Amino acid sequence: MATALDRGLDRDQPVELQAVGTRRKAGLGRPLLYLLLTLIAVFFLLPIVVVVGASLKFSTEVFTDPGIIPRDPGLENYNALFGGQATFVKWFTNSAIVSIIGTALTLVLTSLSAYAFARIDFPLKNALFGLLVTTLVLPSVMFLVPQYRLVGMMGLYDTLPAFMLPGLAGVFGLFFMRQFFLGIPVELEEAAYVDGANRLRTFASVALPLAGPALATLSVITFLAFWNDYLWPVIVCQNNCPLPAGLRLLQRQFTGDPGLIMAGAVVAALPVLALYLLLQRYIVQSVASSGIKG
Amino acid sequence: MTSIAVEPRRKSGLDRLLNRKPKAPRKDVRRRIGERPFTPYAFIAPHFILFAVFILFPFFFGIYISLHDWFGGRAGPFVGLRWYQQLFDPESLQFGRFWNTVWNTVIFVLLSTPLLVAAGLFLASLLNQRLRGRNVFRGIYFVPWTLSVSVVGLIWWWMFNGNAGFVTLLLRDTLGSSPNWLASNPWAWISILVATLWWTIGFNTIIFLAGMQGISADLYEAAAVDGASKWQQFRFITLPSLRPILLLVVTLQIIASFQLVGQPQLMTGGGPPSTLGGETTPVLLHVYNTGFQGRRELSLAAAMALVVAAIMVVVSIVNFRLFSSERS
Repeated sequence: MATALDRGLDRDQPVELQAVGTRRKAGLGRPLLYLLLTLIAVFFLLPIVVVVGASLKFSTEVFTDPGIIPRDPGLENYNALFGGQATFVKWFTNSAIVSIIGTALTLVLTSLSAYAFARIDFPLKNALFGLLVTTLVLPSVMFLVPQYRLVGMMGLYDTLPAFMLPGLAGVFGLFFMRQFFLGIPVELEEAAYVDGANRLRTFASVALPLAGPALATLSVITFLAFWNDYLWPVIVCQNNCPLPAGLRLLQRQFTGDPGLIMAGAVVAALPVLALYLLLQRYIVQSVASSGIKG
Repeated sequence: MTSIAVEPRRKSGLDRLLNRKPKAPRKDVRRRIGERPFTPYAFIAPHFILFAVFILFPFFFGIYISLHDWFGGRAGPFVGLRWYQQLFDPESLQFGRFWNTVWNTVIFVLLSTPLLVAAGLFLASLLNQRLRGRNVFRGIYFVPWTLSVSVVGLIWWWMFNGNAGFVTLLLRDTLGSSPNWLASNPWAWISILVATLWWTIGFNTIIFLAGMQGISADLYEAAAVDGASKWQQFRFITLPSLRPILLLVVTLQIIASFQLVGQPQLMTGGGPPSTLGGETTPVLLHVYNTGFQGRRELSLAAAMALVVAAIMVVVSIVNFRLFSSERS
C-alpha cells in the first residue's frame, strides 16, 4: 500500500479542487493570496539578486554604491577569480570532478549491491544488510575524527579521493535502490535467465534499464550532495579544496572585498541553479520522494 | 533442486514511520540452480569494502582515539576515560566550554524546529490550493535548498553585513538605525535563524505538500457538506492525516538543526566572544575547532563527538516515542 506521501507525489496537485463545495468565492481572497505568495517569493529570491548585484561591484563599490542594481556593473571580480586566482579555477574543477565521478561511482556501487540484496539469497544476507542500515541512523559527527585520521594515514589528505570516499561508502543509495529493485516484477528477469543470461547479464540488461527513474533520482540527489558538501572537505583540504570549502578560504583571505567573495558564491551556486531551472519539477519530486535533508 | 528461501519481511523502521504495510513475502529471493555461491558477494563487495573501511572501521577507530591522547597527526598514549571524565566534571575547563555549546545548540533546535515545521506547514497549505502558477511558487520557495551551506552562509553574511549589508542599509533608511547583526546578540542568533529558515524551509514545504496532496478528497468533501470551516478542515483532517509525515519532518528537522555548523562558521565566526567561547558557537563547530584547528586535540574532539552523537540518538528515540504514544 502506498503512503499518503507516495500518493501525493504521484498526483502532484491539490486534492481540494475535487471536493464539492470547497470552491472559493471569487473576490478579495484571490488577489490577497497572490500578494502573500509573491511577497514570500521575494523573500526567497531577493538575497540571490542582492548577491549577484554585489558580485558585479568592483572593489570598494560594494560600500559606496548601495543600490541592488549596480550603477557601474562589471565582471572585474569574476575576471579576478578566473584570471588571477589560479586556485579558484582549481576549486571549481575539483568540485566538478568530484561531483561527476562521485555520482557515477555511487550509481554503480549501490545498484550492484542493492541488486544482490534485493534478488539473491545468500548466507549472512540479513545480518549484513542490518549492519549497513543501522549505520544510517548514526549521526555523521561521530565519524569526522576517525575518518580524518584514516584519510591522513592513507596519505590522501588534500586530495580528490579524500572528498569522495566517505560519501561512496554511504548506505543511503544502497537502501534506496534496494527498495526500487524489490518493486520490479521478477518474472522479467526470469525470462532472461531462461534464455541463459547469468546474474550480471540479467542485472545489466534487464534490471538496470528498468531502474532508470530510480537511478535518475539517485543521481540528482547524489550530485547535489557532492557539489554542496561543506564540512567534510573543509576538514580534509588545505588548498586543493572543492568549491564550497574553497569559499571559506576566499572569505578569510579577502574579508575586505565582499564583492569578490560574492562572485565566488555566485559561481558555486550557478551550476546547481542551472540544473534546477532545467529540472525543477523533477528535482523537487526526487527530494520529496527520498526525504533527504540538507 | 535448491529450495526456495523466503526472506522474512518484518516491518522496517521506515515502514513504521510512514505507516506502510510490509510487502507480502515474495519468492524472488532464491539462488538459481548452478549459480556459484560467491556471485552475490561479488555484487556487494565493491561497496561493502568501502563501507567497511570508511564507516565500519571509523566507528571503532573513533572510540579508540577517544580513549587515547592524540594531537594533530601524532598518535599518543592510552588515557582511558580521561576526556569523558573532563566533559562530565564541572570542575574541569572543558566542561563549561562543551556544555555551553551544547546549550547553544539545544536553544537553536528548540527555536528552529517549531518555526521551520510551522512555516513549512503554512507554506504547504498556501500551495495546496487550486492556483495558477502554483508550481512556479513552489519552485521558487525550494530554490535555496539546492545551494551549499557555504553559499547560504556567505549570502547572509553579506545581507547582514554591518557596513553595507542589505538588511543593515534597509533598516538605516527606514528606521534610522540598525543593530550590528552579526556581532551582538540576540541579533546574531536571529541572523542565523533567518539564514536557516531561508535555506531549508522549502524542504519541509514540499514534503508537507506531497503529504497533503495524498489526503483523500472525500474527507474534505464530507467536512464541507457538514459546514466545517477551512481552519476546522485543517485542524481535524489535514493535521491528523499528516501525522506520520509530521513525525518524519520533525525528526529530520531536529537532527538537521543539531548539526548546525556552516551558518555560524561563515556568518558570525561563532561569536560574539564570551568567557566560555562564542555565544553562537554550536557544538559541532566546537568539535571542529577543538579537533581540526589550533592544537588539533583529536582525542578530545572524538570524545565530544561521541557524546553529541549519543545525545542525538537519544533525542531521536524520545521524539519517536512521544509521537507514537500520543496516538489515540
